[in-house]
Amino acid sequence: MSGEIYVQAHPVDHLVRADRLPHIWCPGCGLGSATACFASAMVDSGLPLDKQVVVSGIGCTGRVAGYLNVDSFHTTHGRAIPFAIGLKLANPELQVTVFSGDGDMFAIGGNHFLHAARRNVDLNVVCINNFNYGMTGGQFGPTTPLGARTTTTPHGNAEPPFNLVHVASSLGAVFVARWTVLHIRQLHRSMLRALDKRGFRFIEVLAPCPVGFGKSNDIGEGLDEMWFYRRQCVIDPETDLAQATIEMKHDSRIVLGDFVDIERPVFRPSGWEE
Amino acid sequence: MAAVPLRRPLDAETVVVPVGQVFVIPERCKGCRFCIEFCPEQVLVESDRMNAKGYRYPVVADGKERACVNCGFCRLICPEFAIYTEEIR
Repeated sequence: MSGEIYVQAHPVDHLVRADRLPHIWCPGCGLGSATACFASAMVDSGLPLDKQVVVSGIGCTGRVAGYLNVDSFHTTHGRAIPFAIGLKLANPELQVTVFSGDGDMFAIGGNHFLHAARRNVDLNVVCINNFNYGMTGGQFGPTTPLGARTTTTPHGNAEPPFNLVHVASSLGAVFVARWTVLHIRQLHRSMLRALDKRGFRFIEVLAPCPVGFGKSNDIGEGLDEMWFYRRQCVIDPETDLAQATIEMKHDSRIVLGDFVDIERPVFRPSGWEE
Repeated sequence: MAAVPLRRPLDAETVVVPVGQVFVIPERCKGCRFCIEFCPEQVLVESDRMNAKGYRYPVVADGKERACVNCGFCRLICPEFAIYTEEIR
């Protein structure tokens, strides 16, 4: 027998719009990995695919909805969560996933995130965090680490970033996790756990952005950032989330894990019949 | 210091280690090397040939034809939907 066999199709091609491949994401970007992982989780969850929908906002991560071959919607900037809330309330039997980036979900869409989590709307929210606005040219955003260099903070970012998992858990999200695209198996398991729960579920996924963030911050290409994750990440589900900030420095740790898994009444508008 | 004896699972006699076959779609590859560097069995290397876009895609290394254990890590981590494995034993 010989080594590899060359083929033209992939087993999850029915889940992606394969005619749109190759996608627009750069070599070394982690978005494709997160998308492939979520596509596998959608199948492995056992839920019928016609009951699963994906909503994205704007940005590189906003493209995910367009590449997945399920009912999906690419909303205006920051409005993925409000659109998804409407979708969920109008058709409660749908499994609605919001797949968006840190800039879309926590800057222009930050308010929507806060209120959806507070109300415990039945949404599965996946936030790809690459620490900058990649599509528009690598500007700093609400998750850019303190001191990090981007095109709009050439002398170092002066603003402290959001700690996304702490924000989500403090608002009562019923499931909160953080993984990187290197920890793809743990991420897959975490996505399955989230798809199996009801309420506001939040997974932060750290992904390399070599062009917008890695190269200007002494991390390097996508592959170098994966090795950075391998060296710097520790898995500690019991950690104090208030301390779980991400510095992206070569002497700092990144804490990963499935941090929160609780039950809380799911949002129902007043006056609704069961 | 004395060598630490290797841990041997109690059911090692009865468990059959699977063998996987690697499938590659060369034209989709963008050469990120995620699959090559993080394959737990170090099965993959870069190809000598390039695809149409000039990227070197993963191929099975010489002597590693039966080393894949079908763990599926490359399939999950590939950003381009360009590699997967299937169990052949």
